[in-house]
Amino acid sequence: MGVHGVTTAVLDFEAELKAAAGKTLISIQNVSKAFGEAVAVRDFCLNIEKGEIFALLGGSGCGKSTLLRMLAGFEEPTSGAILLEGEDVSGITPHRRPFNMMFQSYALFPHMTVAGNIAFGLKQESLPKREIEQRVDELLALVHMEPYRNRKPHQLSGGQRQRVALARSLAKRPQLLLLDEPMGALDKKLRSQMQLEVVDILKQVGVTCVMVTHDQEEAMTMADRIGIMNQGELVQVGTPHDIYEYPNSRYTAEFVGSVNLFEGRVEQEEPDAVLIRSPQLQQLIHVDHGITGPGHQQVAVALRPEKVLLSKVRPEKAYNWAAGTIADIAYMGGHSVYHVQLDSGMRVLAVRSNIERREVRYRLHDPVFIQWNADSGVVLE
Amino acid sequence: MLAITQRLPQPRNWVTAIPFFWLLLFFMVPFAIVLQISFAESEIAIPPYSSIVSIEDEMLSFNLNLGNFLMLLEDDLYLVAYLSSLKIALVSTLICLLIGYPMAYAIARAEPRVRNVLLMLVVLPSWTSFLIRVYAWIGILKNNGLLNNLLIWLGVTDEPIHMLHSDIAVYVGIVYAYLPFMILPLYANLLKLDNSLLEAAADLGAGSLRTFFSVTLPQTKAGIIAGAMLVFIPVVGEFVIPELLGSPSTLMIGKVLWQEFFNNRDWPVAAAVAIVMLSLLLIPITLFNRYQLKEMEAR
Repeated sequence: MGVHGVTTAVLDFEAELKAAAGKTLISIQNVSKAFGEAVAVRDFCLNIEKGEIFALLGGSGCGKSTLLRMLAGFEEPTSGAILLEGEDVSGITPHRRPFNMMFQSYALFPHMTVAGNIAFGLKQESLPKREIEQRVDELLALVHMEPYRNRKPHQLSGGQRQRVALARSLAKRPQLLLLDEPMGALDKKLRSQMQLEVVDILKQVGVTCVMVTHDQEEAMTMADRIGIMNQGELVQVGTPHDIYEYPNSRYTAEFVGSVNLFEGRVEQEEPDAVLIRSPQLQQLIHVDHGITGPGHQQVAVALRPEKVLLSKVRPEKAYNWAAGTIADIAYMGGHSVYHVQLDSGMRVLAVRSNIERREVRYRLHDPVFIQWNADSGVVLE
Repeated sequence: MLAITQRLPQPRNWVTAIPFFWLLLFFMVPFAIVLQISFAESEIAIPPYSSIVSIEDEMLSFNLNLGNFLMLLEDDLYLVAYLSSLKIALVSTLICLLIGYPMAYAIARAEPRVRNVLLMLVVLPSWTSFLIRVYAWIGILKNNGLLNNLLIWLGVTDEPIHMLHSDIAVYVGIVYAYLPFMILPLYANLLKLDNSLLEAAADLGAGSLRTFFSVTLPQTKAGIIAGAMLVFIPVVGEFVIPELLGSPSTLMIGKVLWQEFFNNRDWPVAAAVAIVMLSLLLIPITLFNRYQLKEMEAR
């Protein structure tokens, strides 16, 4: 990778392997999946820890759904293995795997009642009738759906259907719960409410969970750890905070949140700092972490919009600032996004919280200065 | 004002008037004529039945003759023919379902290109005349026909097996002729079947047999009922197949009706036979309609 300071995915993965030894539930080892010529998943390695909620985040066609379907057993890997507590599960058909899935469109059985849907999995184990009823009551209570036990799915709202689907997939106490775009079928307002509610239920049950989503907000709200996928490969794994603050590639930086990317060349290297010259800026960029690799290499510096500070007076420091004019303002209520046009022609995004009610400090076409701290930028290859 | 304009026929309602008048003219009017004949008396005249309305001595009188219907009750022949028709229709519907369901399932699951070819193969035979196709079965089933010759050549049997002019030949003919009517609605239904439901069932621990009976079959109930109706209803009144392939002892109500009409020239009894048959068929049709209405409300 050539960049030091930001841990690479591989190093991250190895460190995790050591730390998680003994509590790893699922180990995905060098799994690839090809459909004819097209490779959907390429040499994928990942350990899922017991009790965590792991989100696979990526755009459409990145292979995340294929990976989920391989975990569920609907697809078999072309090569590699999936281990459940050290035992290979390949060749075990979906109906024998101790994993359950909540489907994207919920896939509730339309001809069965809510209780019938939840009981379906339990009935396959030919448990005594009383035990099944008891378990169904427990689950209905868990998802707050007791009054609806005799309704059919078409008589429920989107949020209620999701609760039933969740209860159904938890009924058999799976060792691993798989969620396929869990909020995909809900509208935006309901989504943010259900995200927290679902996480509460999952944590209450203590089930290990792998979810697949293209919505970064959903992944960041719900997951303990996130894996970013691109073109069938795992790009980065980490906590939501790590992923956002320390992206290890341009792909992650641009995919999660918005970012300003300055292209440049390393001008001066010190053990714990670098100076980078970018044609887009008049001043040098000063980053307070060291990098490895040959001198004078081509790099990019990623800078999150909320870390860009605006001022009307010219900063006195030698690095990390630029002059420009405000070209656009997007007022979002809680915060505003300022598009600052630099003299070089580059547009930089700066986010400012609207803390004071009447304050209108920056107007369109105002000349402003942007600046940032030495620890705000991240150097990317 | 508002009430008046609402009562006047709206232009968009005129569109529905066309099929309405069509049905009135070509279904209700003939039905009324048949109903009227069933209450008439048989006469040697043209047409061969009495009028139920007469004016005599300044008296307008309706003479409803219930004798035709009473005769259906008195003579065992009719009851036996009705029951035999219903039995043959029921058994053939079940055979069509048992053969048609796997075929429809296979077609719906096939690749789109193969699917169209298979569908074509199901529909293609009906491009030739129904009568010719039934005649073809005579050539296959008769004592020195294709099937018997094949069996003798294979050494399965020394003497030809009697197949033509038997109940078995009737079942073969009916199942052959009506199978597409079972397959097509089932196919349409199975095509719509949400694959994620099957995956969900598998995910929850159901094997393929369990999944079929607890998910696939209930989900295709509408297709099964539609296909069963499309086979059962016309088969009850079937005449051509039992006449050509059946034995003289094969009793079906269609044959009885034909005999009353053409051999006996007893139009009123023939009309009564038809009216009773229609009433019998109204029961399953009403049940089907009610089920469909319930389904539509559920969506």
